[in-house]
Amino acid sequence: MTDYAEPLVSLHGLKTYYSIRGSFLDRLVGRTGAAVRAVDDVSLDLRKGEVLGLVGESGSGKTTLGRTLLGLVPATEGSIVFEGRDITGLREHDLRELRRRMQIVFQDPHASLNPAMTIGQSIGHPLQIHGITNREEAQARVAEVMERVGLAPVEQYVDKYPSDLSGGQKQRAVIARAIILNPVLLVADEPVSMLDMSVRAKILELMLALKHDFDLTYLYITHDLATAKFFCDRIAIMYLGRIVEIGPSEAIYEDPKHPYTQALLRAIPEPDPRRTIPRDLPRGEVPDASRPPLGCSFHPRCPKAFEVCGWEARDLKELLERRWAGLDEAGFEAEREAVGPVGELDVPATHVRLAAHGSAHGADLGSLLERARAADPAEPFWTGVRRIAAENGALEVDWHEPVEPRLLPAGEVEVECHLYDESALSEAARRRESAIPE
Amino acid sequence: MSEPVLAVRNLRLWYGTPRGSVRAVDGVSLEIGAGEVLGLVGESGCGKSTLGRGILGLLPEGARADGEVLYKGRNLVAMSPRELRRMRGPDLGLIFQEPMTRLDPLMRIEDHFRETLEQHEPKLTDHDIRRRSLDTLGRMGIPPTRYRQYPHEFSGGMRQRIMIALALVLHPSLLVADEPTTSLDVIVEAQILRILADLKESFGTALLLITHNLGIIAEACDRVAVMYAGQIVEEGDARDVFAEPKHPYTRELLRSTISLETQELHSIPGAPPNLITPPTGCHFHPRCPDVMRVCAARDPIETAPEPGRRVLCWLHGPDSEIPEGGEAPLERGRIAVAEEA
Amino acid sequence: MATAAVRLNRRTLGLRRALAPIAEARGFPRGMLWTGTGMTLLFVLLAIFAPVLSPYGFDQYQANGHRFDQLARPGHGHILGTTVQSTDVLSRIVWGAQTELEVVGLALAFGLVIGVPLGLVSGYFGGPFDRVAVLFMDAMFAFPPLLLAIVIAFLLGNSVSSGVLVAALAITIVYIPQYFRVVRNHVISVREEPYVEAARALGAKPFTILRRYVFFNVVQNVPVIATLNAADAVLTLTALGFLGYGVQPSQGAEWGYDVSRAVSDAASGIWWTGLFPGLAIVMLVTGLTLLGEGLNETINPVLRRRSIRRVDFAAPSMDAGAELLDS
Repeated sequence: MTDYAEPLVSLHGLKTYYSIRGSFLDRLVGRTGAAVRAVDDVSLDLRKGEVLGLVGESGSGKTTLGRTLLGLVPATEGSIVFEGRDITGLREHDLRELRRRMQIVFQDPHASLNPAMTIGQSIGHPLQIHGITNREEAQARVAEVMERVGLAPVEQYVDKYPSDLSGGQKQRAVIARAIILNPVLLVADEPVSMLDMSVRAKILELMLALKHDFDLTYLYITHDLATAKFFCDRIAIMYLGRIVEIGPSEAIYEDPKHPYTQALLRAIPEPDPRRTIPRDLPRGEVPDASRPPLGCSFHPRCPKAFEVCGWEARDLKELLERRWAGLDEAGFEAEREAVGPVGELDVPATHVRLAAHGSAHGADLGSLLERARAADPAEPFWTGVRRIAAENGALEVDWHEPVEPRLLPAGEVEVECHLYDESALSEAARRRESAIPE
Repeated sequence: MSEPVLAVRNLRLWYGTPRGSVRAVDGVSLEIGAGEVLGLVGESGCGKSTLGRGILGLLPEGARADGEVLYKGRNLVAMSPRELRRMRGPDLGLIFQEPMTRLDPLMRIEDHFRETLEQHEPKLTDHDIRRRSLDTLGRMGIPPTRYRQYPHEFSGGMRQRIMIALALVLHPSLLVADEPTTSLDVIVEAQILRILADLKESFGTALLLITHNLGIIAEACDRVAVMYAGQIVEEGDARDVFAEPKHPYTRELLRSTISLETQELHSIPGAPPNLITPPTGCHFHPRCPDVMRVCAARDPIETAPEPGRRVLCWLHGPDSEIPEGGEAPLERGRIAVAEEA
Repeated sequence: MATAAVRLNRRTLGLRRALAPIAEARGFPRGMLWTGTGMTLLFVLLAIFAPVLSPYGFDQYQANGHRFDQLARPGHGHILGTTVQSTDVLSRIVWGAQTELEVVGLALAFGLVIGVPLGLVSGYFGGPFDRVAVLFMDAMFAFPPLLLAIVIAFLLGNSVSSGVLVAALAITIVYIPQYFRVVRNHVISVREEPYVEAARALGAKPFTILRRYVFFNVVQNVPVIATLNAADAVLTLTALGFLGYGVQPSQGAEWGYDVSRAVSDAASGIWWTGLFPGLAIVMLVTGLTLLGEGLNETINPVLRRRSIRRVDFAAPSMDAGAELLDS
């Protein structure tokens, strides 16, 4: 009888930062390098018997979160509580015992199995590691679990090497290896994304059956919302290391709140003959995790961003670049000459002083911005601009200070988006009212 | 209909190995008209990548081609390697799956474009080269300020756009895109697909889009060809094929695709066959839920159940070729669970 | 339960798989492999059966009370002639083979036993140990190998009596960095593979991981390096002998030493004292090199060329299974 009250795993304020070694000069001078915030303050509970989906694109941190949870990657800050016990920062030696209770299935079936060990050896190795050394007992266990995952007749597969098997068979072997010690938690990192369509269903079915038979709890990490919808009870959407929306499956799919979730759902290619490619998708791509945008990380791509979302100089750089991609060469050259090296705008600042180059004056830059605005008045960027002031040799641009987004309840889900944050909305309204007219 | 840009007739691409010839492409015919997008869909090992490269003559050592590949009337199979090489670029373009490994990390983007254009259109001045490159890149959303950057300074999606721009800057009439979005995130994938689908408007290019993702085909392609074990088992207008698949494999493939609408999981028993010794008769018969006795005995004959649609399946006749008793269902042993992939 | 045969089958499975590419080799690599093996084997046999095959002892200058002729031409009694010290050239070649292979074999063994585990540990654990080890090994690499060998042979020559051991140790030290580096680099790339991470996730201890997950996957290049090193080691050994280090004349025959003695003979038109030892050196080194390169082309998956057969577009038989239908 599964107990849903006490969470099996509890993450609180979890952060996993990787430091990037700066250049030699930086180290000499003592400047520490930038940090990649792979997991940036994540808190969530995983209840026993549930399937929680962790959905995100590359750079979202979902894979790192899975690994941090299992202790394969050290957490920088925060806590991980597993079965009531704080396991954060436990040394490898102490974690080893716990490994029996939590296992992982990796993404690439072709690379997760040791090419130098047979299937039987690979699947049986956990038993050896954890001290069940009676050979006959071990062999029996291996045979039993191989039958359970469908690698039967056992004699046919037990002496094969991974290179003799197909992708689906390998993944079955990986699953067998993961469950042979009867774990209570299984982290599945994209278990089917490298398999063909017709094989995915089989592996997912197997995983569901195992969940019922062994009362497993799954953390299902994927970028594919379609399989997540089918497989998961709850879904957490991640973007650049943070959870931006989390809630029951149905709620997420029927009424996605965060613009990123909405975009993900729209972007999934559906084999429906009536569909065409969606035209209204967010522009750009996931930004560099070592230099995240200010405020809400999604704001540069968000069609519904507004005053408080974190507008800054880098957004102006991107705006200019987008504009120039569409101009003819003469126009581009003229404007670029006036603006100068656009790399100077590549700073996370809410105030910038743009020097006019060449024969241009500050006013020329001002009219450049006005032209840009006239070309696309609905562009959310302009809501963030607080003040533009032209001087003789430069243009000063100020943006509204960002409000840090918070994960707040909204209906059945929790969302980290200012659109659902009353205080942020009222703050934005206040700023609009007191905006300096241009 | 005007003459197709590409007409493949009964193409066979076999590799020689010690254990026999691998029949990667075993008698394929198809046509693509100007500005048309044909999607080639199939699972791994069906031969679609081989077909894509084989059309452009980019086969590895030991592969042999038989049949015709008519590009604007000229047979590419019969051409000398040198002539073929001259055509690659200005006439025939190819986009690969992994954009990072296809761009030279030591060359700036500018250098990539300059090299391509100088080689194929030597009469262009530097100014022309720059203008054309920036123009094409601009259409792909790459700003001109990044023209002199190196490939590693771009993200995956942008690199793919650069690859597409590189292929398009020479205005080829035919573009083969081999799994162009497989390694990209879903939102970027949709962006790239939009670019590819719009090619017909901007450039009038014929596009052969090779993928294993049925969703992409449905959204981006005009027509679709479904490939299994080296053969095209069904071909027709994308919307029609998806709405009413005629070949059992197409039908099963659609059913086993997991989408947001999926209510229950479905899979195809068994695994794709060995291409050295494919099953006798119809290659799909060991896994087909509607298999008949004739399917195991005789190779199916291509039919056109309706105009614009081709199917390689005994279920659609021709009845005159089916011997007595051939339409009875075939008894088969159960396929072991793991013998499937 | 599995019979003994099946169990033996199981144990040797890995080995047979590893050697399979050799059986499949074709063309040039195959030729290299078998030629190299043959040539090397010839010398191995000479070395092992030296007491039987050699007509005389390595420093024997007389038989039955008669002293051999000095510098006799190749002919009756002494097929390859004699040297200025009345020793039989052929005998010295055969005994020399034993010396060469003894030294090189010892050097290989020492080198592998020290270099490979060091590389494994250094590559897997990294950290300060790795940094120091790499620094040290790179420093050794920077020395011209022959010079290093001479220095070591010179230093050890006084404390170690066996010339064979001295030469072996000198060569070992020169080549350890090779094994270390090759193994370490491979370990660093394998370390990041998913299956190693999977082993950690299973709770395997680091040495278990090294032993079962890393070792077998990095060791494929070692036979190639070892064979090529052996070829190089022979040259180093003969160079040492040429200069008078390493194996002393009283302890055994050494081809390099013979060549050095033959230098003065050449001016007098005596060719057999130098030619044959020289040829022996060339053949052994060539044999080992061919073996090594052949192995490289065969085993190394990057270089290995898939054997290609001709394609025959025979018309597919339409009614292959027509009989099935009539049953």
